[in-house]
Amino acid sequence: MVDTEVLHSITTKSREPTADSQIQVKNLSHAYQQRQALDNISFDVSCGEIFGLLGPNGSGKTTLFRILSTLMPVTAGTVHIFGRDLATEVKAIRNLLGVVFQHPGLDAKLTVIENLRHHGHLYGLAGKTLRHRISELLERFGVSDRAAERVEVLSGGLQRRVEIAKALLHSPRVLLLDEPTSGLDVAARRQLSDYLGMLARTENILVLMTTHLLDDAEACNRVGILDEGKLVALGEPDELKTQVGGDVIIIESVDSGTLGPAINEKFGVSTVLTDAQLRIECERGHEFVRDVVAAFPEEIQSVRFGKPTLEDVFVKLTGNLFT
Amino acid sequence: MLNPPQRTARKIKNLLPITTIWWREIIRFYRQRSRLFSAIAQPLVFWILIGSGLSASFRPAGATDELDYIAYFYPGIVVLVLLFTSILATIYVVNDRREGFVKGILVAPVPRWRIVLAQALGGTTLALLQGVLLLLLAPMTGIRFGAASFFLTLGVMALLAFSLTNLGLLIAWRMDSTQGFHAIMNLLLIPIWLLSGAFFPSTGVPSWLAWTMKINPLTYGLAAFRHSLYLDTATKAFGEETTWTLSMLITGLFCILTYMGATLTASAQTN
Repeated sequence: MVDTEVLHSITTKSREPTADSQIQVKNLSHAYQQRQALDNISFDVSCGEIFGLLGPNGSGKTTLFRILSTLMPVTAGTVHIFGRDLATEVKAIRNLLGVVFQHPGLDAKLTVIENLRHHGHLYGLAGKTLRHRISELLERFGVSDRAAERVEVLSGGLQRRVEIAKALLHSPRVLLLDEPTSGLDVAARRQLSDYLGMLARTENILVLMTTHLLDDAEACNRVGILDEGKLVALGEPDELKTQVGGDVIIIESVDSGTLGPAINEKFGVSTVLTDAQLRIECERGHEFVRDVVAAFPEEIQSVRFGKPTLEDVFVKLTGNLFT
Repeated sequence: MLNPPQRTARKIKNLLPITTIWWREIIRFYRQRSRLFSAIAQPLVFWILIGSGLSASFRPAGATDELDYIAYFYPGIVVLVLLFTSILATIYVVNDRREGFVKGILVAPVPRWRIVLAQALGGTTLALLQGVLLLLLAPMTGIRFGAASFFLTLGVMALLAFSLTNLGLLIAWRMDSTQGFHAIMNLLLIPIWLLSGAFFPSTGVPSWLAWTMKINPLTYGLAAFRHSLYLDTATKAFGEETTWTLSMLITGLFCILTYMGATLTASAQTN
């Protein structure tokens, strides 16, 4: 069950669109025949920030990404990017966007430099300007020494860096990334996150990325959480987590169905049953853990105790596990 | 109003995406040389085996002593090489689309008609290069080239290659898998070639088949090709029931329609 009160407090706490909001999405909806993929979504993003769209598979983030990247038309609602209307000024907006897709966007049979040159030509860059820009980006992303090699021989992490360099070649104002860390190991993911942070800070570029990984979302300045086509939360990760409040305790039991009400009655707390697990939010969680284990020593199989994460925010708002 | 240097700069800016997509088609084909080989080897084997096998026993209506089946089959084989190369060049669009590469082109500020034109010109160039290699064998079939027939032949081959590449693109832009593309190729493209007069002339065939051949646009492409090939040769190819004007007219029309079809298909794609 969705906690409407919390939802309300979180969504109303989110910033109102201001003059410096460079992406403004208002009442955006999209339906595929019968299925509502996006349902009345509104948010805004400003320059210099990394905005994460977090959601499980099927939450609508891919549809939203396709619309923002100009692959799919806006059918209901409005999207403005740097003051331009996505419904009518697609060509102008395309010049402002650098897009990194989830699937590899490089031609593996071409060399790094050939891929970049191809991309530059698509955006009308040529000659000295293009050469200068390519060497500058290769330098910054630490791939200068691999420029003449075919993309197929580079590691996944390096390929992803070349892709981002490619997307930045025509000096876009907005960098859109779809699941940028998929297929990368932990070290490469951390490195990517550092690069994106550096970009947002030094280039005053707006970074918007989709992800289904909670760790990636934690690293963003602001996060929008999507579930079944709806934007259920919007705010800074820490701000969202404070909405959960206190500590989070997860109890596993052979019979969670009867244990839940028993705990509610004895301790006067509210337990949420998700996927055979009982989730409880409370202050002074360490004392609660001690008491609950003492009260139900037979029924409880395991107890986990921790500070709230974005997953807890998701569970609280949707009543579902983040999978 | 733009001044002349600005106009030139804008023209170059508009041409760049076309040349770069075209260049990529060529370089990628060159780096996978086995594709070059397979597109030309298979039709050649067909020509030698089927041509030699049927020459002894099979004589289409209208055949003369100077013109045996190997000679009759030759223009059809050149067109088959054009077809195979065009198809091979376009089948990669299916893979490109499944991966992110084509998406990257679709979100660039380049109109779809320019993207399709560049892809079609890439396929046309490759098909033309392979076709020219095969033209070297023309004297073996009694064909004599003069300047007029040679350049006219090149022109007709270019038109044919452009149409066939666009036909391939029209299919590839709708397909999610290369398996589906192969199925369409076997069910549609090979029969179009078989029933174009490449394999047998329409004289003497049952009327339903003759009609099928008559409404097949490639029949006119092949007729135009035969006309141009034999322009400077005294002995004419048989199967010339279609006039030069009509065959060129329909070939030109086929070119425009396939290109428009491919552009419309590509414009409708959102991934």
